[in-house]
Amino acid sequence: MEKIIVCIKPVPDPLAWDRLAMDPVTKTLIREGIPSVINPLDKQALEAALEIKDACGAEVVLLAMAPVSTRPVLRQALAMGADRAVLLSDHWFAGSDTLATSRILATAIERLAPFDLICCGNFTLDGSTAQVPSQVAELLGIPNIMHVSAMEFRPPGPLLVTQKIEPGLVILEAEFPLLLSFTKEANKPRYSSFLEILAAETREIAVWTNAYLQLGAGLIGLGGSPTQMADLLIRRKVRQGLRLEGSPEEIARLLADKISQLGIV
Amino acid sequence: MEKSQIWVFMEQRGGVLHEVGLELLGKARDLAEVSGSAVAAIILGAEVAPLTDRIINHGADLVLVAEHPALETYRLLPYTDVLTRACREHHPSVLLFGATRMGVELAPRLAARLKTGLSAHCIDLQWDANGNLLQMVPGWGGGVVATIRCPEHRPQMATVMPGVMQKCESSGRSGRVITWTVGDDLDVSGPKVLEICREEPKTRALETAEVVIAGGWGIGGPEGWKLLEELAGLLGGAVGATRPPVDEGWASEEQMIGQSGKTIRPRLYIGVGISGMSHHVVGMDGSELVVAINSDPKAPLFEVADICITGDFREILPPLLEELRRRLGAKQPH
Repeated sequence: MEKIIVCIKPVPDPLAWDRLAMDPVTKTLIREGIPSVINPLDKQALEAALEIKDACGAEVVLLAMAPVSTRPVLRQALAMGADRAVLLSDHWFAGSDTLATSRILATAIERLAPFDLICCGNFTLDGSTAQVPSQVAELLGIPNIMHVSAMEFRPPGPLLVTQKIEPGLVILEAEFPLLLSFTKEANKPRYSSFLEILAAETREIAVWTNAYLQLGAGLIGLGGSPTQMADLLIRRKVRQGLRLEGSPEEIARLLADKISQLGIV
Repeated sequence: MEKSQIWVFMEQRGGVLHEVGLELLGKARDLAEVSGSAVAAIILGAEVAPLTDRIINHGADLVLVAEHPALETYRLLPYTDVLTRACREHHPSVLLFGATRMGVELAPRLAARLKTGLSAHCIDLQWDANGNLLQMVPGWGGGVVATIRCPEHRPQMATVMPGVMQKCESSGRSGRVITWTVGDDLDVSGPKVLEICREEPKTRALETAEVVIAGGWGIGGPEGWKLLEELAGLLGGAVGATRPPVDEGWASEEQMIGQSGKTIRPRLYIGVGISGMSHHVVGMDGSELVVAINSDPKAPLFEVADICITGDFREILPPLLEELRRRLGAKQPH
């Protein structure tokens, strides 16, 4: 095993999502003032990579496409035990949909080749499309498995991957190179010690722009995205908001009346 | 000119159709009535021809059947290969998948190969004035809905949340079945399936239940959880959960409602001890009547509820159970 690439996405902290607002003119979300955190499932992806590194040695490289202001998020991941980090950051990348994003990531991964394994989180909290892992693998021409809830790799034995399906599980035997996307059940991400966090503060993070990737304008950003956003709305739904008050018995009777009106009782 | 086609991928495992495919046929039918398109279903497997009657009765004008021994068990690369070839030959205008574990893995890979757009976890679909498909996509835990379109690439691909679209079944519909020949050059590469453990969910499927009783962190433990199960049992419903009860082991992963779980639209939803973070709300706000019971009067779930009850569920549910039993004329359990 030589190299494992872990895709990381800094996402706006979900605890601050109620502060999200929309610019009424550009119809884009105003994210200012909302701190970034590492996408939770990306920690499972990193832990899986680090477990292989611990067992049989490998270089673990972090790859993220995000503004340079999210460097602290990558440092958290470096503190967990990754060897180096590459941040893809360029205004040409802005507005990319999942296919354009996958082209950027896949091209960066080709620059990092050769590699054995790519680890991703199964979905991100913000966009939550879960589309990028399969698309990156397709563009690289390697197989991929999503919904990975367990992984077993004891060389010289084969790589065994447990995938969640509906209903149940599938056990797959896979070969490298391969891309896996991990669910919450896959492992328990390690904590970093204070010293590791401190040491990561001064680690260098490589920043790659499109000057290095050399992707044409028709492949990335808004112009390279087959999907477009036609509209965006912050959702509010009108509900009755009727408050039932009284003793528990009175409330029970009133609620039973409402349930009866639906014809359920 | 030949009619444009709306395609629905019919997911099957072990010869059993996933309901979401039938739901998507219902939506495709609605879209086709407006645009004058034809609705086609595509199904892959080893011996899936017996399923075609049911597919036609749910709204398909045409069923494309791709049968090959290597397609018996779903594998990503062979499935992507067959669907790519079918799309390149027939040029569907729209191609819909259920946002299931299979759909979420397969649709993006296919979209990347076809170099077309794909929207994820749609909650509604409609035409715009130019005949492009508008795809409503929830994001940010459901607090935001984006409308996506894909004007210059075909097919217009989308995955759609299970449980959101309505099936329309009628017996005696007619439709054509076309068998698609899968050649020996089928791509059979990729991971090998060693074993399939098909665990049937123990509780009633949330997506089809008319009544859902959902519990959150406020339930406090397995004992409180039993009250929810009792209430669901009495109303013939299912028990759902937010993330914390699943993490605590009071409920199973299959019971989770919301962004990373299931989308439900029951006639009656009762949320007990649930704060109502947007992650959960996106999965339940299609419910007809929403009841919230919480001891915290400021719980955000009250903002999306029709009936709001502030109080301790341990005090409110027992008299409710008693009242409902009386009305149902049922006997008290031993």
